[in-house]
Amino acid sequence: MIRSEILKEIAPILRNELVVCNIGIPSQELHAIDDQPSNFYMLGTMGLASSIGLGLALAQPKPVIVIDGDGSILTNLGTLPTIGNNAPGNYILMIIDNGSYGSTGDQPTYTSQRTDLAGMARAAGCARVVEVQDKDTGPALEEALASGEATVLVVKCDSGNAKMPVITMDPVVIRDRFMKAVAG
Amino acid sequence: MNIDKRIADDLAANGVSFVTTVPCKQLAGVIEEIDQRDDIFHIPSNKEDEGMGLCAGAWMGGKRPAIIMQNTAIGVTINTLATLIQYYRMPLPMLISYRGELREPVACQVEMAVHTKALLAQLNIPAYHFHWQKDVEEFDNILKYTFMCNKPVAILTDANFWGGYGDQ
Repeated sequence: MIRSEILKEIAPILRNELVVCNIGIPSQELHAIDDQPSNFYMLGTMGLASSIGLGLALAQPKPVIVIDGDGSILTNLGTLPTIGNNAPGNYILMIIDNGSYGSTGDQPTYTSQRTDLAGMARAAGCARVVEVQDKDTGPALEEALASGEATVLVVKCDSGNAKMPVITMDPVVIRDRFMKAVAG
Repeated sequence: MNIDKRIADDLAANGVSFVTTVPCKQLAGVIEEIDQRDDIFHIPSNKEDEGMGLCAGAWMGGKRPAIIMQNTAIGVTINTLATLIQYYRMPLPMLISYRGELREPVACQVEMAVHTKALLAQLNIPAYHFHWQKDVEEFDNILKYTFMCNKPVAILTDANFWGGYGDQ
């Protein structure tokens, strides 16, 4: 499976939760598959989805699901110790690990070679780290939500992107409706 | 006057309850003060752009955030300031140690100091320079201004403000 197929499958789970979605094609895919006010789409700033989601989870009690990528985690590796030492039970970091920089032309990342993100998350202090294959994402995500524990979920899948339109919504609109969903 | 306590008190009085820090020797006292307080949650960051991500999330979650960092971090965070904090129009007080200014002992720090105000000006980020200890009296107004306009705002605090750098 590629990322967009996973997102289609888990859309009914994501719909009811606060979602912080990674820059580029992941946000375009989620936006096209199931746009919700409770989705925060990143339009720039590669690497910070996990940090934004962590700040949000620490500030309020609702569950927060971050949809991140292997390339973005590698860009902001300092995030893993911060998560490992601070993440509350309402924080789920789902790393769609397709071993490539999808938004820039599918250049390989180091996770397609020797680098193991689940192992790095554990070494950084993350207590609940789960690695699954693409087809098992839905049940693993529901388990993470039910666990009430901070979870890093590494989803191994194929490289590839669906052709989706660019998000043209104004960033302040994205942010404003998201904040209303958070407070609602 | 205990300047570290004064700054932390002003943050708390303005409802700032989520502070992330990347350390600097000049900021050690204020970081320690914030870490000890019950009314402010302190989360250290490994890098300043990561810290700004934390602040963005905390703000969307209903908390007033602030970041404490060194001016070298302006070089690290330009993209984050432009495409996250400014693009989504978020407030962010940035208490910054202004290394490389008067009474600085480390020559390399001057190399970023000479760019600091120019970079902030290029980004249209309001910037205040605290040089004398009494300048801290503006801090409360700067915090109110930041959360009024939903912008990143820089407070540059040099070695003279902190009473010198070590034995300099």
